Amino acid sequence: MTKKTKKAKQSELTDSGLIDITKKKFRWSEYLAEKIIKGTAFLSITIIVLIFFFVFRESMPIFSTAKATAKTEAAMENQAEQETYGDVTDKPKVEDTQETYGEVKDVSATADSTSEAYSVSAGSGFDDNQTALKSILTKDWVPVSQKPRYGIFSLIIGTFKVTIISMLFAAPLAIMAALYTASFAGKRLKEIIKPTIEMLAGFPSVVIGFFALMVMATFLQEIFHYDTRLNSFVGGIAMGIAAIPIIFTITEDALTAVPKTFKEASLALGASKWQTAFFVILPAATPGIFAAVLLGIGRVFGETMIALMATGNAAQMDLNPFTSVRTLAATIGAEMAEVVFGDTHYNVLFLIGSLLFIFTFILNAIAEFYVKGKLMKRIQGK
Amino acid sequence: MIHEKIHTENMFLHYGSKLALNDISIQIPEKKVTAFIGPSGCGKSTFLRSLNRMNDLIDGVKIEGKILIDGINIYDNNIDVVTLRKKVGMVFQKSNPFAKSIYENVAYGPRINGVKDKKQLDEIVETALQNAAIWTEVKDRLGDSAMGLSGGQQQRLCIARTLAVNPEIVLMDEPASALDPLSTSKIEELIVQLKEKYTIVIVTHNMQQAARISDLTAFFYLGELIEFDKTKKIFTNPDKKQTEDYITGRFG
Repeated sequence: MTKKTKKAKQSELTDSGLIDITKKKFRWSEYLAEKIIKGTAFLSITIIVLIFFFVFRESMPIFSTAKATAKTEAAMENQAEQETYGDVTDKPKVEDTQETYGEVKDVSATADSTSEAYSVSAGSGFDDNQTALKSILTKDWVPVSQKPRYGIFSLIIGTFKVTIISMLFAAPLAIMAALYTASFAGKRLKEIIKPTIEMLAGFPSVVIGFFALMVMATFLQEIFHYDTRLNSFVGGIAMGIAAIPIIFTITEDALTAVPKTFKEASLALGASKWQTAFFVILPAATPGIFAAVLLGIGRVFGETMIALMATGNAAQMDLNPFTSVRTLAATIGAEMAEVVFGDTHYNVLFLIGSLLFIFTFILNAIAEFYVKGKLMKRIQGK
Repeated sequence: MIHEKIHTENMFLHYGSKLALNDISIQIPEKKVTAFIGPSGCGKSTFLRSLNRMNDLIDGVKIEGKILIDGINIYDNNIDVVTLRKKVGMVFQKSNPFAKSIYENVAYGPRINGVKDKKQLDEIVETALQNAAIWTEVKDRLGDSAMGLSGGQQQRLCIARTLAVNPEIVLMDEPASALDPLSTSKIEELIVQLKEKYTIVIVTHNMQQAARISDLTAFFYLGELIEFDKTKKIFTNPDKKQTEDYITGRFG
C-alpha cells in the first residue's frame, strides 16, 4: 500500500468523527482490472473479425475482373513465370475454348513438363478469372487441369449430405443416451457414463478417421453392399461418432437443468417415469437440445480429418448417400498446401473458407432467432 | 361415524440414520379438510409426502409401519405407484406449472391417462379450471404460457392440474405460503369448496389459516404427532401443554 492510499484511508474520517463519503477516490487496481478485461474481450473479437476479413479478402479477386496479382512476392513470381509462357497462352485465350487449351497443353508440355506450370499460366490470366467465376456455378470441381473448373456446388452438396447423414445418426443416439443418463440411470451408473462419453469428445479425429477408413468402411460395405467403399455414408457415420459426445454432453446438461419441480409435478399427477422424461423433461430442455445439435452440426461441418480419410474425396453432385463426396473443409485441407500462392485456385479455396464462415454464422443466427422466437413460443405457449 | 380415508399405524421414517417420523398413528376422515401444523422441520411435510410415496424419489428414505388408504397398505410390494399418485394428488409449496400453455398444463394429466378425444379434453380442462376458480381469468388465453400468470394464478392452475386427473385425495404442501393475502384468501375459499368432493390434507405454517379452513388439525413436533383432534378443540382447549404453547405462540 502506498503512502497516498494510507493517507486517503485516514482522511475518511472527518473532524466530527463521521465517515466522509463526499471525496471521490480513484481506485487504480479496479480501473486496471476493468481495462484489462475489456481489452481481452475486444482482442478476441478483433482476432476473429480479422481472420474473417483476411479469408474474405483473399477470396475477393475471383469476383473482380482485374486480378490483383501484384499483391505479393509470390504473385510477382507467377507474373514473371506467366510471361515466359505468354507466347503459348496468348493465342488460345482469345479463342477461349477447351480444345485450343488441349493444343496448348501439348506445346507447353514440351516446354516444361510439370502440371503446375499449367495451373499457373491458366489460372492467373485476365480471362480465366471470368471463366473461373462462371465455372463456380457448374458442377465440376477440377481445379488442376488445363481448363480448371471450380464448381463448388458439388462440394456444398457433398458437405450437406455428410452433415445430414451424420446428424441423422448422431442426434437421436446422443439425445436418447442423454435422456437415459439424466432421467433413468442410477447415481453410480451416471457417474460412469457421463465422464466416459465426455472423454470421447477429446478423441483425436484422425483416430476416428483411421478407424472409419480401415474397419468401418469394410464392415458397412458388407452390410449395405454399395459400390464405393469410401462414401458419404461411411464419412457421415464416422463424423457422427465424433459429434455424439458434444451433443450428449450439452443435452445432458440441459436435461439436468430442468427444474426438479417439473419432475415432481408430473409424477404427482400419476405420470410414469418415461412419460415424465418424454413429455415434460425433454420438451422443457428443447432449446438446450437444439443448441447441442447445432454445435454438433458445426463440428461435422468443419471436420476435416475424418472427411479426408473416409468420404472418398471425389467431388460428385448427387443425392445418393452411397457415393463418394468431397466436403468443403476437406477440400481446403487437401489442396491448400499445394496451391500456387495468389492463384485463382488459391482464391477459390479462400472463398470456400468464407463459405464455411458464412454457413456457421447462418447456423448460429438460426439458433438464436428460431429458438428464442418460434420454438419457445410453440412449446411454452405465447 | 365418518368414513376414514387414510389410516397410519406405528409409522416410522428414517432419512439415512436420522429418525424423521416417530411412531405416527393417525386416522384422517373422508371429505374433510385436515391440517398439519407444527414448527419447521417437525416432519409434517415429510409425512404428507409419504402419503403418495413422493419420498421414494429421495435417496436413503426408509419407512416402517403401515400407511393404509381405503384399507390398503400403499407400501406393499404389489402397489402400482403410478396409479396411487393418480388417486392421491399433490399440490406443492412452490407453484410449479410446466413451461407449456395453460391448456396443456391442465390437459397433461388426462392425456397421459389416455384421454385423446379433443372435445373430452376441452371439457375436462374447463371443469378443472372452474373447480380451481381460475376459469374466468384464463378462459380467453388458454394458449398463453402458464409462466406468464401471477403467483396466485399459477398455484390455482396447479390445483386445477391436480383436479384434472380426478383424484380422491388432494395433498397440499403449504399451498399459499408464497402468496399475497388476496391470493391466499382465494386459495382458502377454494379449499373449503373442494372438500365436498375430495379429501384434503394440508400442511400449513399459518395457524390462522388452519383455524379458518380445516375441520381437523394435527400438531406435529420433532417428528412426533403430539395431538390430533377437531380444529375447534385444538385451538380453544388442547389437551397437551405443548400444543397450547405452540398455538399461543410461546414457541415455534
